[in-house]
Amino acid sequence: MFESSLKQLGDALRAKNISSVELTQSYLDRMAKLNPELNAFITINPEMSLAQAKAADARLAAGTADALTGIPIAQKDIFCAKDWLTTCGSKMLHNFVSPYDAHIISQFNNAGAINLGKTNMDEFAMGSSNETSHYGPVKNPWDTARVPGGSSGGTAAAVAARLCAAATGTDTGGSIRQPAALCGISGLKPTYGVCSRYGMIAFASSLDQAGPMGRSAEDLALMMNVMAGFDERDSTSLQRDKEDYARDLNKPLTGLRIGLPKEFFAEGMGADVAKAIEAAIAEYKKLGATIVDISLPNSKLSVPVYYVLAPAEASSNLSRFDGVRYGYRAPEYGDLADMYEKSRAQGFGAEVQRRIMIGTYVLSHGYYDAYYIKAQRIRRLIAQDFVEAYKQCDVIMGPTSPSTAFKLGEKGDDPVQMYLSDIYTIAVNLAGLPGMSIPCGFGDNDMPVGLQIIGNYFDEARMLNVAHQYQLATDWHSRAPKGL
Amino acid sequence: MIPYQPCLNIVFAMSLSTQDVEKVARLARLAMSPSEIETSRNQLNGIFGLIAEMQAVNTDGVEPMSHSQDLAQRLREDKVTESNQREAFQAVAPQVEQGLFLVPKVIE
Repeated sequence: MFESSLKQLGDALRAKNISSVELTQSYLDRMAKLNPELNAFITINPEMSLAQAKAADARLAAGTADALTGIPIAQKDIFCAKDWLTTCGSKMLHNFVSPYDAHIISQFNNAGAINLGKTNMDEFAMGSSNETSHYGPVKNPWDTARVPGGSSGGTAAAVAARLCAAATGTDTGGSIRQPAALCGISGLKPTYGVCSRYGMIAFASSLDQAGPMGRSAEDLALMMNVMAGFDERDSTSLQRDKEDYARDLNKPLTGLRIGLPKEFFAEGMGADVAKAIEAAIAEYKKLGATIVDISLPNSKLSVPVYYVLAPAEASSNLSRFDGVRYGYRAPEYGDLADMYEKSRAQGFGAEVQRRIMIGTYVLSHGYYDAYYIKAQRIRRLIAQDFVEAYKQCDVIMGPTSPSTAFKLGEKGDDPVQMYLSDIYTIAVNLAGLPGMSIPCGFGDNDMPVGLQIIGNYFDEARMLNVAHQYQLATDWHSRAPKGL
Repeated sequence: MIPYQPCLNIVFAMSLSTQDVEKVARLARLAMSPSEIETSRNQLNGIFGLIAEMQAVNTDGVEPMSHSQDLAQRLREDKVTESNQREAFQAVAPQVEQGLFLVPKVIE
């Protein structure tokens, strides 16, 4: 059952071979056993999950079930969910029981899915290893001495350890794709604007995008059918016709043109990662694809551009945490300014404070043009590289991360080294393009390697097709960590 | 306040003084001890080294890009769409009294 696809689970529920209450309880039992070691969840609330399961069973009995009705889905703790503790991985929100639902949460509720719990994450999604969470690091189920990646590390570990059927993540600079790669699962960051940001706690609003994480491309397609869609409460939500993301899964790949950017295959990538990526490309050739050499000359500037734009937007977004309306307030303070300064200094962790400091500096008087506007100009150059590339190819492929999962604490003291682990994923957020990661083998120490697939704007259905055909021909995606 | 001067040497050298960092911390409303200021100064200087690469890129005539789709903001009708949920929203506040958020005295 823990190996079943979303489609198989939905069929079993509708055929009454299993009830949602039974299915949900099985997952809750497995979580109770494995979560203490993995720390993939911040909040588990069996009572609320089982109440939803009972309602789903009534809907199944009435014959009004949708594709995901009754299926247990974990939610990244960045999504506000009514009556659920929603911490965003921060002490700042240690007591924030959300009074409302994020759009994504409403979508899953309307679909009759079960909220199985809130997954651990880097504090305010700022991190690439899940080590900045106030609630402790998540362990990688493939090797508990290693990180799961971040910031959606709890989600990635939960999916890899079969603690949920599928789960949500968010991706600002690689936070869905990099942990998916490091934990050997599949993850999709849609085109910017496809999934509503309403009720998703903001990090860098022009880059943040929600997306699904699961065990196969087919599962991701079913998740996308629930998550995508226009929402007037998000000012950058795109008004587009509803689409079925599973519609192209079974198309053959004959004639598919895969672009390989030379910059992604230059120095910096581990030899073990390179070997797995090359084997995946060879597999795609067997499936009928042709290879096109392309160049993204400005992509090397992604990291500096990102580390201006994202902290700038973060420093503005996080100004709302002031100890007045919600969240942490320092126990002792003098005047109002002192209350703000102490509440924020005590409520935010070191990495969040570092990024607020960078952002405040680059937006401050006299530096705005030199940093922020300059970075936005280079952002356009980076996006234009992709527009040129897609004149020659249909999808772009490369590694998701330069290395497999590193050890806990290994990069802790050096923010620059940590930032460089996002080198292949950030350009995609800056351009607003859809990107995904799927498992494509194992590197040193038997740790999973992720293949990144980057699509043109709104090409998610084609990317899912490209991933699904590979998953029909290979079995990397169905490998599970040993000993769980 | 010091009036704006295009201090290119500061922008390119990216070396912040203790006073610079104290000022940023104040603007960001973050209480920091002298040792935290020093740690922050070293880390910020390291990160600005990473950012310095940007300055060498020619961006003459390139429009800044804030969103990939370059959309104009949508407008909506000017009518009430939300109901008042003061109790629900104040239930998560650190300190409230008689429907008001409490903060230290601002005006003497």
